[in-house]
Amino acid sequence: MHIVYPAVVSALLFSIGVYGVLARRNTILVLMSVELMLNAVNLNLVAFDVWLGDRLHSGQVLTLFVIVIAAAEVGLGLAIVLALYRNRRTVDIDHLRALAEPTSPTALESSQPRIEIRTPDPVHNGPALFVPEPIAAQDNGGREGEQPVKRDGTR
Amino acid sequence: MTEAVPSYLSPTGQEIVFLLLGAVAVGSALLVVTTKQLVHAALWLVVCFGALAGGYLVLTAEFVAWVQVLIYVGAVVVLMLFGIMLTRAPIGRSADLDSGNRLIAAVVAIATAAILVTVVIDGFRTAYTPLIPGSGAAKELGASVFATWVLPFEALSVLLLAALIGAIVISRTDISAGSPTDQNGSPSPSPDETRTTAHPPPQGTDGTRAPGGSPDKTASDTADDSRPPDQSGGN
Repeated sequence: MHIVYPAVVSALLFSIGVYGVLARRNTILVLMSVELMLNAVNLNLVAFDVWLGDRLHSGQVLTLFVIVIAAAEVGLGLAIVLALYRNRRTVDIDHLRALAEPTSPTALESSQPRIEIRTPDPVHNGPALFVPEPIAAQDNGGREGEQPVKRDGTR
Repeated sequence: MTEAVPSYLSPTGQEIVFLLLGAVAVGSALLVVTTKQLVHAALWLVVCFGALAGGYLVLTAEFVAWVQVLIYVGAVVVLMLFGIMLTRAPIGRSADLDSGNRLIAAVVAIATAAILVTVVIDGFRTAYTPLIPGSGAAKELGASVFATWVLPFEALSVLLLAALIGAIVISRTDISAGSPTDQNGSPSPSPDETRTTAHPPPQGTDGTRAPGGSPDKTASDTADDSRPPDQSGGN
């Protein structure tokens, strides 16, 4: 067996995982892409263990350890995702910007009139939350990263 | 092990089987990251992991192959499916699974693939090993784990236990997430159900927002949502 074959397959799997982590928006899909990258590493470990003919089987034992750590990672990651979903009602990574810094002081100002728009209409039930959102999206999306989330939550 | 490399033009049966399994793995991995349906992504992940397990079998790593089938296909993908269901993801085709930086991601991934494949082919062109059956069987691997790698093995069991307890602590609502949601949720528990995203803003600008904002959301949420509020809390 040429070692190039598993190495190339693993390189392709790893770059597919990179694409998935960067391009996907759902957190669970990002976790799946991380699993793809871990599997690429596992394939490399097994292939090089076979190539080197290690008496201690360090490559395959390390593969087992990586599989166990990946299982722990998925368990914890999904627990975090579920806690996130419970608190925010979304798992879209693009919308979870609560840890980002406010970009400019004008964004803080622009959040004030939007509140005044929101509060006077408790009469309208459903559409009241829809009406201010295009305004909020227009003037600045920077400070209030949660605002598009609200649009999604109502969707 | 590196001398007398056989030609690439006359592949053995093992290499052909491995290349077919690798093509299946890469193709299904591509479908995982490009499909529009969330559940299909998890199912393609099963195909990818299964093909990789077959590849491990061809590489004579039998024990790793069965562990892969048990843990990845059996546990991890099922856990992912539970996660998909518990976050109430849309079952059908959904358009917003990809973020806006898809093009940049494709460029980065293609660059990564080009660099890695070039380096790997250049570095391991002459690497060749005959496959000896049985060298990765459970007996050899078990002897190795319990003779040489005992300490990492035990440390890993402790880590798995810690991860399990951590996952339980994060998932339980009555011990971890209980007190902050009570702070925000008790004056108006109903924003918790559809748009809980609405109450980080009352936290930040509490003086102006909270008195006016919460009755509004209470009225709108109780009107259009059918689920009771405490069901989402104990979820």
